[in-house]
Amino acid sequence: MSIPTTNKQTVEIGKANKRKYMLEKLSSRIFLICALLSVITLLLIIGFVFYKGAHPFVAEGYSFINFIFGTDWVPSEDKFGIFPMIVASIFATIGALIIGVPIGLFTAIFLAEIASKRLAKIISPAIQLLAGIPSVLYGVFGLAIIVPFLQNTFGLVKGQSLIAVILVLAIMMLPTIVTVAETAIRAVPQTYREGSYALGVSQIGTIFKVIVPAAKSGIMTAIVLGLGRAIGETMAVILVAGNSLIVPTSLTDSVRPLTTNIALEMGYAFGTHQEMLFATGIVLFSFILILNFVLAKISAKGGN
Amino acid sequence: MEQRKEGTSIINVRDLNLFYGEKQALFGVDLAILEKEVTALIGPSGCGKSTFLRTLNRMNDLIDGVKITGDIVIDHEDIYKTNDVIKLRTKVGMVFQKPNLFPMSIYDNVAYGPRMQGIKNKKELNKIVEESLRSAAIWDEVQDRLKTSALGLSGGQQQRVCIARAIAMKPDIILMDEPTSALDPISTLKIEELITNMKKDYTIVIVTHNMQQAARVSDKTAFFLNGEVVEYDDTDNIFSTPQDQRTEDYVTGRFG
Repeated sequence: MSIPTTNKQTVEIGKANKRKYMLEKLSSRIFLICALLSVITLLLIIGFVFYKGAHPFVAEGYSFINFIFGTDWVPSEDKFGIFPMIVASIFATIGALIIGVPIGLFTAIFLAEIASKRLAKIISPAIQLLAGIPSVLYGVFGLAIIVPFLQNTFGLVKGQSLIAVILVLAIMMLPTIVTVAETAIRAVPQTYREGSYALGVSQIGTIFKVIVPAAKSGIMTAIVLGLGRAIGETMAVILVAGNSLIVPTSLTDSVRPLTTNIALEMGYAFGTHQEMLFATGIVLFSFILILNFVLAKISAKGGN
Repeated sequence: MEQRKEGTSIINVRDLNLFYGEKQALFGVDLAILEKEVTALIGPSGCGKSTFLRTLNRMNDLIDGVKITGDIVIDHEDIYKTNDVIKLRTKVGMVFQKPNLFPMSIYDNVAYGPRMQGIKNKKELNKIVEESLRSAAIWDEVQDRLKTSALGLSGGQQQRVCIARAIAMKPDIILMDEPTSALDPISTLKIEELITNMKKDYTIVIVTHNMQQAARVSDKTAFFLNGEVVEYDDTDNIFSTPQDQRTEDYVTGRFG
């Protein structure tokens, strides 16, 4: 790239740029360190959780199978089975999906395709604000509104139940699903809409037969992200779950999902009990990892 | 405007004005388009020819703030006085500037319109798809891969499938908005041959930038300038003995 100039000029430019090059090098180093920091933090957390959580099974002779499939969790009697919690977590997440996905998807379609620009400009930010509300407030809302409502309507002894968890989680996953799905739907080329309308197809027909299929991978991403939010949620769930250690058989049963178990007992646990809570964390972590893997698969597919 | 008297007009446009918000894009357009003929709309960029084309199947409805005055009567029905846009668009098909097939198989693309009309019978759909693809002169090239993605075809092939997709609705009129501007010369030639063959069954209105194309495929030509129709006549007359100085300047390449 060097274009010959007079010697004097070359030297002068070199001097003036020396500091720039130094700064350049320095800043790239700083960026690198910052980038490494987050990776190191991630590795430390994973390593720590796995080290603590694996200890009882590796060194103390506990069976991992009994841990996963055992139905009794009585730390004082040395019984550590988290099956009821796994079931509770899965049921709560699936339930939240069943309610949250259709509502979230229809909202996203409404905002992107049907609502006037003015209306969308009011609703969209409101939904994004919903994502910024601290999760404990969702729990308080659930405890103050949903739980009494369930108690009164269905005559339950205790309103804190699987269905209460499902409702709170469904509300909490809405902003994620709506925002991501709306972006995906808006990204569908206008030419698809024109092509469909020009064939005499109605707006609703166009939405469900052309636009939603074309935005499929983005919508799947929205659902998986919402799912991740639901399965990892702790604070709001503690307040409305009821925290009973039973395998739920009905929607009105009181439950204790995985996250809640860790949060409730970590404060006073020690020894094997504490390590078993870390092991609970490993199970939770695996769920999220699998979800992320699925997500990556979906996005890669969408890219093709 | 002297016109040949054979053929009946299927589209009658009277005093059509169109506004994008405050800005007027079409000024008092009067045009009678004859049945089973090819009518070309020519003119420089921004002259309103595409805008005009899109009023004929009310595609401008999709744009916010468009206001229209005047009458467009298609088949004895004022299309801006009826609310049945769906019916209008099944009668007036459209092919766009860039091929805009949906991300589905070739078969599903062509069957899309009929299916949405409620045709579910497999045999009937197969028949419609084959006939449409044959009419669009693309059947031989795609018959072995009907179930593969339509987006894997070349641009010219995609555009012919787009034409097949429009034909599948059995429209009376097909609007074409610069259908070959994104294609290579050979694909363009194929589409032009296709248009010439199609006019025995359909009324075709085509917007084109390419004056040779207008001369080759059309029976009538309308020259648009600044939102007005300057001249409308048999294509031969427009290109050989234009009445208006501006038309002459344009078709001889002096501007535009």
